[in-house]
Amino acid sequence: MEKVLMRGNEAVAEAAVRAGCRLYFGYPITPQNEISEYLSFRLPQVGGVFLQAESEVAAIHMIYGAASTGARVMTSSSGPGISLMQEGLSSLAAAELPCVVVNMSRGGPGVGNIQPAQSDYFQAVKGGGHGDYRLIVLAPSTVQELVDLTYRAFYLADKYRNPVEILGDGMLGQMMEPVVFRDPEFPPLPPKDWAVRGKGNGPRKWIVCFDLDPKGLEELNLRLWRKYRRLEEEEVDYVTFGCSEPEVLLVGFGTVGRILRSVVREGEKEGLKLALFRPITLFPFPKKALQEYARKARAVLVVEMNLGQMLEDVELAVRGEVPVFFLGHTGGVIPTVEEVLEYIHFLLAKEVRVWK
Amino acid sequence: MEVVFKRPRTLLKKPFTYCPGCHHGLAQRLIAEVIDELNIADRTIGVGPIGCSVYIYEFIDVDFVVGAHGRAPAIATGIKRALPDCVVFSYQGDGDIAAIGTSEIIHVANRGELITAFFVNNAVFGMTGGQMAPTTLVGQKTKTTPFGRNPEVHGFPFRLGECLSVAEGSAYIARVALTRPQFIRQAKECIRKAFLAQIEQKGFALVEILSPCPTNWGMSPKEAVDWLEQHMIPYFPLGELKVKECLSRETS
Repeated sequence: MEKVLMRGNEAVAEAAVRAGCRLYFGYPITPQNEISEYLSFRLPQVGGVFLQAESEVAAIHMIYGAASTGARVMTSSSGPGISLMQEGLSSLAAAELPCVVVNMSRGGPGVGNIQPAQSDYFQAVKGGGHGDYRLIVLAPSTVQELVDLTYRAFYLADKYRNPVEILGDGMLGQMMEPVVFRDPEFPPLPPKDWAVRGKGNGPRKWIVCFDLDPKGLEELNLRLWRKYRRLEEEEVDYVTFGCSEPEVLLVGFGTVGRILRSVVREGEKEGLKLALFRPITLFPFPKKALQEYARKARAVLVVEMNLGQMLEDVELAVRGEVPVFFLGHTGGVIPTVEEVLEYIHFLLAKEVRVWK
Repeated sequence: MEVVFKRPRTLLKKPFTYCPGCHHGLAQRLIAEVIDELNIADRTIGVGPIGCSVYIYEFIDVDFVVGAHGRAPAIATGIKRALPDCVVFSYQGDGDIAAIGTSEIIHVANRGELITAFFVNNAVFGMTGGQMAPTTLVGQKTKTTPFGRNPEVHGFPFRLGECLSVAEGSAYIARVALTRPQFIRQAKECIRKAFLAQIEQKGFALVEILSPCPTNWGMSPKEAVDWLEQHMIPYFPLGELKVKECLSRETS
């Protein structure tokens, strides 16, 4: 199969088209503009629709409308734009409409800057908008994985009738790597008999994101809750790398996962026994698997490009069985292999001995 | 005996839940009549707002999508772009369309989006209990303008129809009232033309329907109709505000 060199933002766009996405609505924001620029010529080639909305608020509601018809739809943005989309994402989750949202996140809070960051973790995995709901959140760490997870994002969105967020960052969006576009292969999905397409000869259908009856609304919330529990049973994904019984288990997602892979390799040369645990699904979070891996280690070190967001989920998973440490940078500063190794040496010399 | 008046096929057989004297029921009946006459119920999708207008999906027998406050025009855009052969209409109140959703309605008009928008203007936020709307008249007392709307503090009532008329993409904009049989006949003709502007691919269409809100105005239904005619119509004049070429102008 042919390998092509592609920028992350263009690769996610091409993968969306190959996954059957035919409508895209979005609003320009750096560092993800290549996604909409690519789709503005690519979607018309396959009879699809590219529309630049007047705002992210409008874009996400265009997604709501198009998703209601059963079409595969996508939008993309970054930090501040994703914040504006939260109203629509809450509605999409409540109405159980499938869609894919790409967040090539940047430094926050506020307008922040356009450098890569992972500070949108809480917003992505804890719901983000009002109400009891979750997005399915996937965290790719290479351009190839971005392509493969885009296919999976459309599949999961349809399978669970839930919005899926691909949480990348400006670095993944901008970097170029060789990728292979395999044909997406997933089990067949049930027909979208809920979609609104004009009633034809049949009874009418409607899609709403409210229920004025308290028992009805609780039933909706419980249905969503059961869906999220099922996700935790069936769709958790992660990769591990390195020693089976490490002194320090490193945990990081996305771009940081790449850095930590190098840390494990470089650490080996220095005689350190290290392993990496990289969650691919941030929601559902691989709680059980992480707990089991953590038990085999003397300590866990979480590294993020924020000031400790996934850290909270790691601590909940580890449940105090092993000490958990954190190293983070924010605002677009990227952790280096050297400083992570230095911190590991420091931990092994001081902190871990104190704990165990 | 010959049947000369009956419930439109597309209006579901259940009592309206609107307050006495409210014109939502009338407006929705007219929309249902026009859908019947154009024979488009099987391919029509309605988009509901938030506010009293939202209940339309309970009464009109077509597919419906209801989303967040003010976003109906964006939702309608998504539906229409996905299903260009469907007839898509939105139905919003003044708070929804002229306050929180101003951006969305201006841009569907400017894009010439092939949707038909209905805008029920009763000069007040209805469902939330009678607060000031963008269309509240100068001097009008509401829950949040207890001393009357003061332009120096609250600005002026917003004429959305006129604003949308200047958008290049709008094909048909009209303002109607339902306080007299003559007005009702004219309103139905405007609703028909607004659907035709979409079906014949002329561009965006909007019909603004002035409605009384006796509950939040603190009036009887009769007083409310009189107040609408005496105060609202002079500020929000009735008639066709924009008719793009190929659409015939109706005198009103």
